[in-house]
Amino acid sequence: MKIIVLMKQVANKDAILRINRDATWIEEGDLSFEVNESDGYALEESLRLKEKHGGEVVVCTMGAQRAKSVIKDALARGADRAIHVVKDDLLNLTPYAGAKILAEAIRGEQPDLVMTGLQSDDNGFAQTGVILAELLGLPHATIVIEVDASGEQLRVKRELESGWYQWYTMPKPALLTIQSGISQIRYATLKGIMAAKKKEIKEVAPAATDPAAPSQRVTKVYFPQKTKQTQFLGDGNAKAGAAQLAEKLRSEARVF
Amino acid sequence: MPNGIIIFTEHRDGAFNKASFEAVAAGQQLGATLGQPVSAVVLSADANVAQGLADYKLDRVVSVENAKLSEYTPDGYADALESAVRALDPAYVLMPHTYLVRDFAPKLAARFGKDVISDCVRASVDGGAVTFSRRIFLGKIDADVVESMPVEVGEVRMKPEAPFQEVKAAVDLSKAEVIVAIGRGIKGQDNIQLAQQLADALGAELAASRPICDAGWLPIDRQIGSSGQTVAPKLYVALGISGAIQHLVGMKNARTIVAVNKDPEAPIFDIADYGIVGDLFEVVPTLVEEIKKLKG
Ligand SMILES: Cc1cc2nc3c(=O)[nH]c(=O)nc-3n(C[C@H](O)[C@H](O)[C@H](O)COP(=O)(O)OP(=O)(O)OC[C@H]3O[C@@H](n4cnc5c(N)ncnc54)[C@H](O)[C@@H]3O)c2cc1C
Ligand SMILES: Nc1ncnc2c1ncn2[C@@H]1O[C@H](COP(=O)(O)O)[C@@H](O)[C@H]1O
Repeated sequence: MKIIVLMKQVANKDAILRINRDATWIEEGDLSFEVNESDGYALEESLRLKEKHGGEVVVCTMGAQRAKSVIKDALARGADRAIHVVKDDLLNLTPYAGAKILAEAIRGEQPDLVMTGLQSDDNGFAQTGVILAELLGLPHATIVIEVDASGEQLRVKRELESGWYQWYTMPKPALLTIQSGISQIRYATLKGIMAAKKKEIKEVAPAATDPAAPSQRVTKVYFPQKTKQTQFLGDGNAKAGAAQLAEKLRSEARVF
Repeated sequence: MPNGIIIFTEHRDGAFNKASFEAVAAGQQLGATLGQPVSAVVLSADANVAQGLADYKLDRVVSVENAKLSEYTPDGYADALESAVRALDPAYVLMPHTYLVRDFAPKLAARFGKDVISDCVRASVDGGAVTFSRRIFLGKIDADVVESMPVEVGEVRMKPEAPFQEVKAAVDLSKAEVIVAIGRGIKGQDNIQLAQQLADALGAELAASRPICDAGWLPIDRQIGSSGQTVAPKLYVALGISGAIQHLVGMKNARTIVAVNKDPEAPIFDIADYGIVGDLFEVVPTLVEEIKKLKG
């Protein structure tokens, strides 16, 4: 079974974000980056399927050169090779345009399964995988938390709202968007890191994007307006804040 | 020229969900501002389902019908709505941001060479141009006419089975009066005992955001949010939780919300009554101490 797993590099979740000068995106200069959370789970599930059924796991990333760290980490964890669509600037790339570039980058691979995360932690479009499936003519399932690939057809468990689930059956090839928590993520071993050095990373240029105007464009980014009057306590002093909070919980909230 | 607004409404066996009515309200408001007609579309195998929207003030309700729409599939819904959108030629298609819509809307949009403006909570109109951003419209809706529209649905590749719930959660947090919830800010499983000390001091149940349960640090039945439990305790203390919408929907109705987070811009502060901007590893031990002192 040949599995392609799409992984995106995003800003580290612990980073304190700042808005850039033009208010078009965040200030990226001083940020560290990491792999998008659900993509890590998509890789893990792909590796497990390969271990069970044989085959190959190919990682595909679109991004600047710094995104190589996502690829190297995935190769160290056990992916077999990688495709890096080198594109410096993902800004103003709509989910449709992004999916189109990714579709062209992997179309020739003829995968049995394409795995993506369920949404990117930065743009949060939650669309790239589904659009990609449409462009590649594949059936898809989103928010997948269990995969059974042992039969002729794929059987996947989808998460619905509020603790409901549903099983879907569909033919292969197919595309799945993976929800975090599907399985526990492995760490890269030293052996894996060494082995990764010999693995192929193919760099490709992005396919030409449509000259047509994009269907959406970000005009401005800003911090959401606060709607609630939060009483901030301690004024930067954690211990003082804690003492004030204890008092408020007793006298105002009356929880003890 | 495309004209009008159509609203996709989601139902299960004829019961429309709340998010659909919010979408209808949003559509109505947008329609009024733009001076455009507003219609709702209902996908179903059963013409009667659309009658459920008859009392809402809409220009029309279009029942999009095909036997293959008796249960939801992304193939079936994308085909059906594609036909409907081509026939009705609207300027805007509005949808509630539910898990079901997330599953097919991008596919539908892709057939028009477009994508979705997802997770949208506000729309503002300036000289006929609409800017969508993040806030929710609210309001109540009525409709008058019901139209019917049989559509073609091609091959449906996926076969859904009946939705089900896992065995009842071992802990029912909906009854808890006080909840101490931890997020990724807790950093490691070993640190959970710190939150447990606070929970003990407050007589609280321990709960968590998704990443904590994903990592297996706490069992999944302690997860709060759109795919976990929904709670409304007297007090909810959020430690190192950023406040993603999928978490907020599970706890925003708590009577008093406390947030401890080192990021002053963390969205959790937007719904917090009391906030401490700081390191939870400094705040929590002092808080435990002070509570014990006050309790005497
Ligand atoms: C379809 C779907 C369903 C989902 N369902 C759920 C759900 O049911 N429940 C849920 O919770 N999430 C759910 N999520 C995930 C959700 O979007 C967020 O990713 C998640 O809630 C983030 O958890 P967090 O706040 O713990 O982590 P993060 O977002 O990483 O936040 C950690 C916070 O801790 C703070 N912090 C770090 N160190 C410290 C410190 N020392 N002291 C104080 N603060 C610190 C940081 O500033 C940050 O704000 C779902 C997502 C999707 C797409
Ligand atoms: N630049 C990218 N490179 C690789 N994968 C991507 C990229 N952008 C999005 N994806 C994949 O598509 C998923 C959904 O992204 P999004 O539609 O932005 O929410 C992510 O979890 C990734 O798996």
